Amino acid sequence: MKTKRAMIVVSNDVESIRLGSNEIVQHLHESLAAYGLQEEVDVSTISDINYSNVLPLVIVYPEAVVYGPVKVADVRYLVEEHLYKGRIIPDLLAPPKQLTGQIGSLRSHKGYNPAEQRIILEHAGRIDPENIEEFIANHGYEALGKILSENTPEQTIEIIEKSGLQGRGGAGFPTGRKWRFVHSAKGSQKYVICNADESEPGTFKDRIVLEGDPHLIIEAMAIAGYAIGANEGYVYIRGEYGLAYRRMEKAVLQAKEFGFLGSNIFGTDFNFNIHLHAGAGAYVCGEETALIESLEGKRGEPRSRPPYPVTNGLWDKPTLVNNVETLANIPAIIRNGADWYKSFGTPSSPGTKVYTIMGNVNFSGVIEVPMGITLREVINIYAKGMKPGSTLKLAQTGGSSGSIIPAVLQDTPMDFESFRKAGVSLGSGALLICDQHTCIVDLVKVLLQFFRFESCGKCTPCRIGTQRTYEIVERISQGLGKLEDLDTLVELTSEMERASNCGLGQTATVPIRDMLKHFRTEVEAHIRLGVCPTGVGEFSKESEKV
Amino acid sequence: MPAIKSLEELKRVREEALQKKQAKAAAGNIQVIVAMGTCGIAAGARDTMKSVLNYIETNNLSGISVTQTGCIGLCEQEPILQVIVGEEHKITYGKVNAEIAQQIMKQHIQNGVPLKDHVLPI
Ligand SMILES: Cc1cc2nc3c(=O)[nH]c(=O)nc-3n(C[C@H](O)[C@H](O)[C@H](O)COP(=O)(O)O)c2cc1C
Ligand code: SF4
Repeated sequence: MKTKRAMIVVSNDVESIRLGSNEIVQHLHESLAAYGLQEEVDVSTISDINYSNVLPLVIVYPEAVVYGPVKVADVRYLVEEHLYKGRIIPDLLAPPKQLTGQIGSLRSHKGYNPAEQRIILEHAGRIDPENIEEFIANHGYEALGKILSENTPEQTIEIIEKSGLQGRGGAGFPTGRKWRFVHSAKGSQKYVICNADESEPGTFKDRIVLEGDPHLIIEAMAIAGYAIGANEGYVYIRGEYGLAYRRMEKAVLQAKEFGFLGSNIFGTDFNFNIHLHAGAGAYVCGEETALIESLEGKRGEPRSRPPYPVTNGLWDKPTLVNNVETLANIPAIIRNGADWYKSFGTPSSPGTKVYTIMGNVNFSGVIEVPMGITLREVINIYAKGMKPGSTLKLAQTGGSSGSIIPAVLQDTPMDFESFRKAGVSLGSGALLICDQHTCIVDLVKVLLQFFRFESCGKCTPCRIGTQRTYEIVERISQGLGKLEDLDTLVELTSEMERASNCGLGQTATVPIRDMLKHFRTEVEAHIRLGVCPTGVGEFSKESEKV
Repeated sequence: MPAIKSLEELKRVREEALQKKQAKAAAGNIQVIVAMGTCGIAAGARDTMKSVLNYIETNNLSGISVTQTGCIGLCEQEPILQVIVGEEHKITYGKVNAEIAQQIMKQHIQNGVPLKDHVLPI
């Protein structure tokens, strides 16, 4: 028998059958035989599919291309084009929005990144990032040209507002509204800042855009500048991202040469320039006001707010701070319109999200998928399942200050609203998938270690709180904890959340809260029984005093 | 390059860029693309790139353009090398070290037979 190189799955729920899915299966077999492919391609059916208006569906793996609605008459063409010639048929594709929710629990056994929807990473990994012509060949700078020649700043902001785009830097603030704030702030000098500090452990989505598609960020920043009335932009790039810095540097030079930066862009009276700034390795400098302080040459400590950067930002001027991934959406939205953008994701969280996947799974890497996909789907479909012998115990979403969610929550759709309802934060998009051998106490200890280092020390609740909570959790991990420690943890976390000056101190507590909420028994086992159920705890080191 | 001053000019530049690419493909030009994001470079993409360039030089090959791209999302499979022969489909190879790169150049580029064992199913 030949090895199967592809698998076709046909939906056969009641509605699909009514619309002819059985005939489709029959015709598939016939057409495959006609092309001599019957040995290479498997055909099977699936009933629990969560689609409604595009049935019957035909899904082709390993690419997981979803066609629908498919008619019997389409079958032969589909086999000829896709399976014989290897070409995807755009006209038959199911609308991308249908890719949210369950795409069936089937795992594509071979392929990579099935059914992805790329907006943000459209060009990354496909074009030469150091060649501006390749960017232009892929509609690069068209959105900027369009906006400058056809739209007022007001209209530009309206498009972004209508698209429903929310900030991807962590908080999910509506981007259009932020643009409007800066646009209406008083003052003739304004600034655009691209936050490319990306220091959240395990997150590297922004780096991929900067390294793989630097012109996209330049184009987006120029559009933002036009919309809010700024002619200077800064990109604050994480210090460790040397390659990203060099690629951006080169891209800025090329953009100047082609006239996309500088004076009288596209023959209009709009001027815009971009400056690059490398960070120096402090996590807190990703916080927008600390970032601004750092840009001004001061020590990177968050400011007291209000006033917010939208009115009093860089050099006390109105300033727009947006994350790299947020900005990366802008050109596509302008080119294709707000309605197009809203056709991806969920009504309350339109668009796509880039996730970096790592942990005890078969595939780690980067994916871009529609908002609203579930963790189970990410693990089973994109991460190719848990490693052999591993079962899912918990996942951490969004880097160190993100939530730790237990396996029971893996069917929560990953979008801003659903996560907020479930008390979970989507954060930066880092997905750390952990199996049964992960000790929750150990994990939280490592996270607190990070915060203890990164607290800038400006305010007491965070400076002392991150230190004391770390010490307590470390004690528990060594089998030296007391039950009262848990009450102290609760008390400390509430104080930190209430009184810390910035997001670092306010969210450093999330892992502790989640640990006590979802894994209290495991923590108590460390204390009451003096054992670490997963065998990770360093009980033997008891005598080594901290 | 004089500055682009209108959407029409941009469109022209875009079409020229596309045509250049198509003309090359139609002429049977071979494209070798090495993924050079941080993940690729960390896994040894620079050696892969060097190996490709060396091969072309030592064997005096022509009609091959060697370019780079960013991370394609398969960090685990780096270094990644892609080959497009003329108007054919792109073939993606994973874990291409300097030695495998030489084999690809010889078997795939020169003899037209892809190295099945190293092809990623994408
Ligand atoms: C401790 C801390 C670190 C942060 N790090 C980043 C970061 O690395 N990148 C980022 O875009 N936003 C970061 N933020 C969020 C920014 O303050 C800000 O909300 C964001 O850049 C706004 O962009 P957006 O509206 O596009 O999401 C951080 C916030 C805090 C409190
Ligand atoms: S909360 Fe922490 S990081 Fe933020 S200002 Fe206070 S000490 Fe600094």
